[in-house]
Amino acid sequence: MSFVLSLLSRIGIMTIFALSYNMLLGQTGLLSFGHAVYFGLGSFATLHLLNALVAHGLPVSITLLPLFGGLAGLAFGLLFGFFTTRRAGTTFAMISLGIGEMVASSSLMFPAFFGGEGGITGNRVTGRGLFGIDYGTPLQMYCLIAAWAALCLLLTYGLTQTPLGRLANAVRDNPERVEFIGYSPHSIRYRMVALAGFFAGIAGGLSALQYEIVTAEALSDHLSGLVILMAFVGGTGTFYGPLIGAALVTVLQVAVASVTPAWPFYFGLVFLLIVLYAPGGIAGLLVQHKAVWQAGLLRRLLPAYLVAALPGAAVLLGTVAVVEMAYARGPERGDARLHLLFLPLDARSAVSWVLAAAAIAAGILLLKIASKQVAERWESVHAALAEAPR
Amino acid sequence: MEFTLISLLNGVTYGLLLFMLCGGLTLIFSMMGILNFAHASFYMLGAYLAFQLSAWLGFWPAFFLAPPLVGVAGALVERYGLRRAHRHGHVAELLFTFGLSFLAVEMVQLVWGKAVVDYRVPPSLEGTLFTLYSTSFPVYKGFMMLVSVGMLALLAALLAYTRTGLIIKAALSRPDMMQALGHDVPRIFTLVFAGGAALAGLAGVIGGNAFVTEPGMAAAVGPIVFVVVVVGGLGSLLGAFVASLLIGILQTFMVGWDYSIIDVARLFGMQLHSTSALTRLSLTQLAPIMPYLLMVAILIFRPRGLMGARS
Repeated sequence: MSFVLSLLSRIGIMTIFALSYNMLLGQTGLLSFGHAVYFGLGSFATLHLLNALVAHGLPVSITLLPLFGGLAGLAFGLLFGFFTTRRAGTTFAMISLGIGEMVASSSLMFPAFFGGEGGITGNRVTGRGLFGIDYGTPLQMYCLIAAWAALCLLLTYGLTQTPLGRLANAVRDNPERVEFIGYSPHSIRYRMVALAGFFAGIAGGLSALQYEIVTAEALSDHLSGLVILMAFVGGTGTFYGPLIGAALVTVLQVAVASVTPAWPFYFGLVFLLIVLYAPGGIAGLLVQHKAVWQAGLLRRLLPAYLVAALPGAAVLLGTVAVVEMAYARGPERGDARLHLLFLPLDARSAVSWVLAAAAIAAGILLLKIASKQVAERWESVHAALAEAPR
Repeated sequence: MEFTLISLLNGVTYGLLLFMLCGGLTLIFSMMGILNFAHASFYMLGAYLAFQLSAWLGFWPAFFLAPPLVGVAGALVERYGLRRAHRHGHVAELLFTFGLSFLAVEMVQLVWGKAVVDYRVPPSLEGTLFTLYSTSFPVYKGFMMLVSVGMLALLAALLAYTRTGLIIKAALSRPDMMQALGHDVPRIFTLVFAGGAALAGLAGVIGGNAFVTEPGMAAAVGPIVFVVVVVGGLGSLLGAFVASLLIGILQTFMVGWDYSIIDVARLFGMQLHSTSALTRLSLTQLAPIMPYLLMVAILIFRPRGLMGARS
């Protein structure tokens, strides 16, 4: 039970973080490689405030404390955003990376604030709970996270409906025209970065309260990469895409990591495949198929999908076999023998390697043929959709 | 004097190495508009391949074989990955190279493990080149300088005086026109990408044993390479050259200078009695974030970079 609660709490925190990231990537078209800065600084600020309030014997409201993390994120968004948002596209991506690295490496320079290698700790149970809620149990903490996540969801959704949200979309699609209408793309990007910093800070504040410790890890490029993964795998083209991504990636992280140490490798591979073959993410695929389903044409696609699934499974199995054998052979592990589903594999025998390679090669070859079939079916579906009366 | 000269030499060596990385990156960027996040991964790949090949064949075969191999890897990435991602726009390209840089680290860990590998300077290049006052300057650093300068001179000559260089330069500024004239522009792109990757690989071959060869080496140098490109001005080779040397020399000097604001104030006859963390920070401690501070300063005061043509 407590395992499920902690998993759900993490999903809640990551949902807010991914939503705030998609305000940049999905809605404003800004690809940031340093979004963890706002999450981490919000975390540190929240925990420092908590510790300071407790030390001075002042009343603490844990319920409202994440808001302070959000304000810290907002403040740093206002500070850094001013330089970073002058330009969009590649330059913005590069500069956001630079800012992220700068903050991450300065975290080791100011141990008084960042706590050095060990980070800083706090205690969220201050004993001053209203109605007996002191956030001592994981369930109470989860409820707090869920409430904040719901609030942030409403706020970020509301933002997409405001003039600013619409203008952000316009800046993403055609900044030049926005400028001609009389708006400044710079100031629109600036506001979006600051607001995204606010929500990332809330997520950071909640994470500080949940784990009661913040280390430099919260500022790292690792976390920035994770949020890109979540937003992109879920799908940046829709509002709800990052929600799917945050939940899926968090669950998979736990599930796959418990089976194999090679999980980051698989994550990277899946990410690359999605970038290359399904840039709309999972939500994009859902949107595509929803239209087909509503027109009652899904029957035409399914057989082709099933045919393609077989070689796809062969490629998957072969790849997993190669990766797992490479790991088993590697310097960190002693035993070279392993089981993949029902298949006994031996990383020292050539037979296993040849079999795995053959599965991949044959699978890719057949997949090419099968994908042609799928493409043909899609064309016929598209034609039928175009003809169908709306 | 001694400190200044030695630091200058070390800084120039480091700066030249940086430029071998940034040069390829700048060329790829100005040609294809792609910022290759995986560029530093080619540097890492070069170091690891050189380590493996020198364990099998010795240093010199590795020195000549590893960079072309990295180049081939680069060509494959461009042909089968980037070209496909290009259809989905610039963001997809950036994300593809970003994912690739992540995967490269995992792949290297998969094959060579997470620990530092024992890639050493070959015995024939050990020893002291000359002694300046009391500090010795190792042969290998001289070799690094020689290789980088030689490689860069070769590249400059290639771009300036050969037909291939002419075509590359033309494809750089007017790709559509070159295509219309019957040149296979996508192939030129692949060639340039492979060349940039090979250059980064060479930097890895000579840098991997001078520093350390470990899975974190790409992440350590990657952001600095981007900073150099921003500071130098996007797409400017000369700017990247100046910025590489500037950052190389500055960082080397800062590591050696153990002064804080308090010391500087004392120099002017002021006694500061401050205990705040900021004033006690020494320049040495600031060295790791110096490149980023420089980048922010450039962005504020000269957004197009030192030599950038456009902002």
